Amino acid sequence: MAEFTLPSNSKVTEGKSFKAEGAKNSRTFRVYRWDPDSGANPRVDSYEIDLDECGPMVLDALIKIKNEVDPTLTFRRSCREGICGSCAMNIDGTNTLACTKGIDEVKGDVKIYPLPHQPVVKDLVPDLTNFYAQYASIQPWMQTETPAPPDQERLQSREDRAKIDGLYECILCACCSTSCPSYWWNSDRFLGPAILLQAYRWLIDSRDEATGERLDALEDPFRLYRCHTIMNCTKTCPKGLNPAKAIAEIKKMMVERQG
Amino acid sequence: MANVERPLSPHLQIYRPQITSVLSILHRMTGVVLGIGTLLLAWWLIALATGPESYATAAGFLGSWFGQLVLLGFTWALFYHLCNGIRHLVWDTGRGFELETAAKSGMAVLICSVALTVIAFGLAYTVGS
Repeated sequence: MAEFTLPSNSKVTEGKSFKAEGAKNSRTFRVYRWDPDSGANPRVDSYEIDLDECGPMVLDALIKIKNEVDPTLTFRRSCREGICGSCAMNIDGTNTLACTKGIDEVKGDVKIYPLPHQPVVKDLVPDLTNFYAQYASIQPWMQTETPAPPDQERLQSREDRAKIDGLYECILCACCSTSCPSYWWNSDRFLGPAILLQAYRWLIDSRDEATGERLDALEDPFRLYRCHTIMNCTKTCPKGLNPAKAIAEIKKMMVERQG
Repeated sequence: MANVERPLSPHLQIYRPQITSVLSILHRMTGVVLGIGTLLLAWWLIALATGPESYATAAGFLGSWFGQLVLLGFTWALFYHLCNGIRHLVWDTGRGFELETAAKSGMAVLICSVALTVIAFGLAYTVGS
């Protein structure tokens, strides 16, 4: 059953405030903090940052805070160019990558939270164990019955190759899945947009021969059909992909194979 | 570390409403309203079958300003659910998933549902008076 409010240990309190002395062009970053060692509830700390002394992206500001203001701030980051998916978080009310989100895209205070409705490990780091387990459950690798042609790869026509455009680019950052209200209420059984987009990536691959088994595994009131086309997933995808459409295509395949 | 009870990160409290998500929850809410409205319709039909006195009670309530307000809400809920249902049918064919198209079809559903409600009430008042 969906719980619309936060449990008592998760309610957010007001935290500390850090000023930027002598800054002419400053912005306030309001950042979710939770320290597993303190036993206290999560809080929101405010950091005033001099934008004249900071890079253009939200990730630049987070790194500046960690380096110069508060070294206890914890977040994931790696590539800083939108390809690893590590710095996925909720910025200004929608999920995106901190490294590709410009500070100038946000009006007013920059509010930063971890990906929504996930267990928090520390500060902006969510526990994505369930998400990765769901990814493993769809068996995301090519499955074949026929032997591979001798001395050559399994080839694909240009048209067949084009079918996985808009799917293979997914970096599994979990922005879409954690933006989805259906996933918030049913993540124990609903696979969520990211994993379903990945499932479709293998369903539509002309070289994969396990299409029937893959559809069987998805034919379930929860795994696939908790998608109600809310479209938060497509709206928030930092790579511009369309999980909602991929899910609709899976639903179409389900109908077509009954015909 | 394993014994730590992790907090749940904020969700509804912080997620910015999108036109698509707002229209989606409206679809669910109008669906519930239609269920309740059907009870109202059934009550009116039963009153009609029971006799002139009970029908006068039902007609009296539905004809009052409050009853008409309820009927206005019921009518809009019906048309919104109908129009958005058609939008869902189009989605089921795999079309209309581009963000711009989805926003436009959402606006179209809102405008159509209001227009149909106005037309229905206009007709009702014209025929009724």
